[in-house]
Amino acid sequence: MSSSIALHDKTLSELAQGLSVGEYTSRELTEAFLARIERLDGELNSYITVCREEALRDADAADARRAAGKAAPLTGVPMAIKDIFCTEGVRTSCGSKMLDNFISPYDATVIEKLRAEGVVMLGKTNLDEFAMGSSNENSYYGAVKNPWDLTAVPGGSSGGSAAAVAAGLAPAALGTDTGGSIRQPAAFCGITGLKPTYGRVSRYGMIAYASSLDQGGPMARSAEDCARLMNVIAGADPRDSTSVVRSVPNYIEGLNYNLKGLKIGLPKEYFGEGLSAEVESSVRAAIKVFEDAGASVQEISLPHTHLAIPTYYVIAPAEASSNLSRYDGVRFGHRCADPKDLEDLYKRTREEGFGDEVKRRILIGTHTLSEGFFDAYYIKAQKVRRLIRQDFLDAFDQVDVLMGPAAPTPAFDLGAHKDPLSMYLQDLYTIAINLAGIPGISVPAGLAGRRPVGLQILGPHFGEQTLLGVAHQFQQLTDWHRQRPEFGQEHA
Amino acid sequence: MALEHSDVLRAAHLARLGLASQDAEAYVEDLNQILAMVDQLQQVNTDGIAPLAHPLEATQRLRADEVTESNQREHFQQVAPATEQGLYLVPRVVE
Amino acid sequence: MQWEVVIGLEVHAQLATQSKIFSGSSTTYGAEPNTQASAVDLGLPGTLPVLNEQAVAMAVRFGLAVNAAVAGHSVFERKNYFYPDLPKGYQTSQMSQPIVGPGVLEILLEDGTRKSIRIHHAHLEEDAGKSLHEDFQGMTGIDLNRAGTPLLEIVSEPDLRSAKEAVAYVKAIHAIVTYLGISDGNMAEGSLRCDVNISMRPKGQEAYGTRAEIKNVNSFRFIERAIHFEVERQIDLIEDGGRVVQETRLYDPEADETRSMRSKEEANDYRYFPCPDLLPVEVDEAYIEHLRGTLPEMPAEKRARFESELGLSAYDASVLSGTREMADFFEEVKGVCGDAKQAANWVQGELSGRLNKENLDISVSPVSAAQLGGLVKRIVDETINGKAAKQVFAALWDGEGTSADEVIESRGLKQVTDSGAIEAVVDQVIADNPAQVTQYQEAEVDKRGKMIGFFVGQVMKASRGTANPQQVNKVLKDKLDSLS
Repeated sequence: MSSSIALHDKTLSELAQGLSVGEYTSRELTEAFLARIERLDGELNSYITVCREEALRDADAADARRAAGKAAPLTGVPMAIKDIFCTEGVRTSCGSKMLDNFISPYDATVIEKLRAEGVVMLGKTNLDEFAMGSSNENSYYGAVKNPWDLTAVPGGSSGGSAAAVAAGLAPAALGTDTGGSIRQPAAFCGITGLKPTYGRVSRYGMIAYASSLDQGGPMARSAEDCARLMNVIAGADPRDSTSVVRSVPNYIEGLNYNLKGLKIGLPKEYFGEGLSAEVESSVRAAIKVFEDAGASVQEISLPHTHLAIPTYYVIAPAEASSNLSRYDGVRFGHRCADPKDLEDLYKRTREEGFGDEVKRRILIGTHTLSEGFFDAYYIKAQKVRRLIRQDFLDAFDQVDVLMGPAAPTPAFDLGAHKDPLSMYLQDLYTIAINLAGIPGISVPAGLAGRRPVGLQILGPHFGEQTLLGVAHQFQQLTDWHRQRPEFGQEHA
Repeated sequence: MALEHSDVLRAAHLARLGLASQDAEAYVEDLNQILAMVDQLQQVNTDGIAPLAHPLEATQRLRADEVTESNQREHFQQVAPATEQGLYLVPRVVE
Repeated sequence: MQWEVVIGLEVHAQLATQSKIFSGSSTTYGAEPNTQASAVDLGLPGTLPVLNEQAVAMAVRFGLAVNAAVAGHSVFERKNYFYPDLPKGYQTSQMSQPIVGPGVLEILLEDGTRKSIRIHHAHLEEDAGKSLHEDFQGMTGIDLNRAGTPLLEIVSEPDLRSAKEAVAYVKAIHAIVTYLGISDGNMAEGSLRCDVNISMRPKGQEAYGTRAEIKNVNSFRFIERAIHFEVERQIDLIEDGGRVVQETRLYDPEADETRSMRSKEEANDYRYFPCPDLLPVEVDEAYIEHLRGTLPEMPAEKRARFESELGLSAYDASVLSGTREMADFFEEVKGVCGDAKQAANWVQGELSGRLNKENLDISVSPVSAAQLGGLVKRIVDETINGKAAKQVFAALWDGEGTSADEVIESRGLKQVTDSGAIEAVVDQVIADNPAQVTQYQEAEVDKRGKMIGFFVGQVMKASRGTANPQQVNKVLKDKLDSLS
C-alpha cells in the first residue's frame, strides 16, 4: 500500500480519494473492514448485525459504478449505521428484544440517500435500547466497550457507532441525538460527531424515541468527513413533516472558515460545579487555540441551563411513552407466547420486549401525561423549553458560536452509574441543545489519561456550515482527531 | 408530587406494561427520584410564556391528495407474528 | 313525572379524499384486507405522517357551510389508547384546537317547523381499522385498510330534544357533506356514522342528567330506534330508583336494544398531547376566501329558492333539496322541460316511486335526468297526454329507446288533436255501442257525467291512447247530448 497510514485509520475523505484514484477498490476496502470487525468486535461489541454479504454486493456494485464513470463523491466508501435506522432486508433492532426479529421492510430516507450515493453499509451498530441511555449499557445486545479503555463506556446512546469509528471498524457512522447521543459518545471515543439542527436531516425511518428532539447526524474522524456525509444526508423530506424546506449549502465549501474575528461565547453555566478538572483544562486549552488564531472570547450566560435536564425528563418520556405504544405484538416485533386474551398479549409482550430503562421512561411519560398531571408537568416543561431556547437565541445575538465541554467527565467506567438519576445528570451540557433545536458538534480536544475529551461547539439554527468550518479549522491546528487508541493496532 | 405504588400500577396499566409485582416497588423508588428532580420546574415563573412544542415553530406542510402507495401486504406481513387470510390475528376481542 | 330527553351527536364523516389523511394509501372501500395499509398506516417503526391538503380543504369548506369560525391555527394531538384496530396505540386527532369552531345548523322538522342546532366544533382525525370477529381459531382478524381514512368529526351541542330532531339533524349534516362533495355519505359503508349522547331530565329542570353514549350508529332508522330504546331504558331505570351510569353502549339492530360495551367499560385516560410529528396547521384568510368561492348552493338556500323562485310547496322543496343528487336531478329535469311543478311531480312521483320499488338510488336511475326532462317537456307542450307519458317512462326505464321523442315517434304516441279525426273515432264508438248510448240518454242529467267515462275509455282505446282526453270529452258530450 502506498500510503503510510493503515486503511482503517484513514478518514472518509482520504478513503474516497483513494477509491477515486484507484488505489484500492471498494471491495478491497470493504473486505478489510469486515475482516477487522471479525477480528476485533468480539471484544468491543460495537455491531449488532454485520452485513457481510450485502456489503460485498454493494461494494461490487460501487466498483462497477465507478468503472462506468458514474461514481458520486462517496461511492464505494463503507460506513456503519446505528441500528435505529430502518434498513430494508436487514434486522433493525433498535437495541431491543422487542425488535430482535424485525427485518425492516423499508429503508429510512437517509439510508435511501446513502444507497443512492453508493455508500456501502458494513452493518448496524449497537445502541442503548430505543436510544434511551448515555452509556450504551442499556442494550439488549450487551454493553459496548470503549476502545480507548476497555473498562470504560463508549457513551450513549450511539455508543456502538462511536466505538466502531474510534476502533477503526468503520471510517464513519450514522448516529442519532436526542439529548446528546451523538456528541457525548463522540467525545468519549475521541471522534467528531455532529447533531444537526432539528429538521435538517429527515427522521423518516429513524425509529422514534422523542420526536421533537430526535435528530440524525454523522459521526466520523474529522469535521471534513462529517461535512461530506452532511452533503449526502441533509435536506427536506416529503415524508417527514418536521423536516425543513430550506436550501442545503455545500458543507465542504464552508470548511475554509476564517477564524479571525470569530466571536466565541463561553456559557458560564458550562464551566461550573460538576465539571472535572481534566476536562476543563483540555477545553480551555482548545479555546486558547482559537484565540491564538484570532477569535475573540467572551463569557455568556444561559440562565436556564439547570432546568434542561428536568425539562427533558418530562418531554422526552412523554413523547416516548406514546411513540412506543405501537410495539404491541400485533403487526411486527416480539409477541409473547400463547396470550390468553388481548390484555395479556399487550402486557406480556411489552413486559418481555422492553428493558428496564425503557419501561421506566414509559411509566414516567404515561404518568406525567395523565389526567391531573398534564399541565403541571408537560405544559410547564414546554414553557420552560421556550425559556431554554430563548437563552440560546439571545446568546447568538452576541456571539457566533458557543464552546464548552461535551460532557462533565471523560468516559466513565462501565457500571459506574447504577441509579438512573445519576446517569441522567451526565447529560447536562448536551440536553439543552436538543430542547432548543440548535446544532452542536463535538470534536476531540485532549486526553485525560487514556480517555478522550470532547470540545462541544454550538451554533444557531442552521449554523452547521459554521460549526463544521470552525471545527475543521481547529483540526488543521491540532491533531487530537488523529489520535488512535492502542486497541486493535497491528504491531509489527 | 410524589408517586405511590398505585400510581405506578395505574401508569403501567395505561401503558399496557406488565410489571412483575416485585418490580413495581423498585420503579416507585426510581420514578420518585426522577420526579423529585423534575419538580424543580415548579419553582420557575412561566407566567405569560407560551408552551413550545417544536423547536422551530414551523407550520405543517401539506401533501397533495394522491395515491402513491401500492399493495405490499405480503411484504409487510412477513414480519407479522400471526396472520391469516391477509388479516392480523389477535386474541378474540369481546365487544 | 314528565321527562325531557337531551341529545348531543357526534357525526363522523369519512372525507372523500383519494388518499388517506396522513399517507398515500388509497381510501377505496371494499378492497381485500390490508392491501391498502402502507408502512405509515401500519405504524411501522420510524414512519411519519404527512397531512393531506384535501382533508384540510374539505374541513374548512364544511366550516364555511355551517357559518362556523374556521381556525387559522389548529393542532393535531394524540389520543392514546390500546386497541388492535389502532396501529400506533394512539389516534391522531384534534381536541383543544380543532380546525372548525362553533357553528350553527338549521334543521327542518316534519311538521314544517325549523330549529337551530349549535355545532360545538368539528375536527379532523384518522379512522381506525376494522376488527373481524369471524372465527380464526378463536382469534379476531384485523384489517387496517380503513386505518388512516380521514374523518371529520362534527360535534353538536346537546340541543336536540327528540329522536326525530336527531334524525333531522343527521339528515341535514348528510345533505351538507354530500352537497359539498366532501363525503359520499354512504351510511351502509360506514362513510357517515354517529355517536349519540343521551340523557334524561325532568321537564323544566336545567341541569343535565348523566348521559350514556351509543357508539357507531350507522343508519337514520337505527338512530331513531336506538334513541327510543335508550329513552325508555333510562326512564325505567330512574323511575325504579336506579341511576344512569356514564358509559359507552352499543345499539344492536337485531335485538333492537342498546347494551353496555364491557370492553370499553373502564374509565380511560387518553393522555392527549400535541403530536410531535405534525406541526400546527395554518390556513390564512386568502385560502379561506378562496374556498368560500368554491362553495355550492347549500341545502337551505336551495330549499328557499325552490319555494320562492319555483313556487314549489315547502314539502316538495325540502324533499327535492334533500340530497345533492336529488336536487341536481330535479334541476336538470326542470331545465330541459321548463316547468318546475311538472318536473317536481315526475321526480317525486313516477321516478321516486319506481326507484323505491326497485331499491335504487337516484344516482343510478335507469332514466336519466335528460330523458325525464325530455319526457316532461312533451307533456308540457301537449305532444303527449299523461297516459302516453307513462308508457314512454316505462319504455325509457326498460332501455327501449334513448329519448322520449324517439319512443313517442316509434310507438306513434303523439296526441291526436285534429278534431275531425277525433270526431270520426267518437262517431264510430257511438255507433258500436247503442245499448250504452240508450242508457246514457235515459239517465238523469247529473248522472251522465260519470257515465261518459265509458265512452272516453273506448275512444282512448281505439286511438291507442293518443287522443287528447279533454277534446274527446267535449266532443263526446256534445254528440251524446245532441242525440237525445
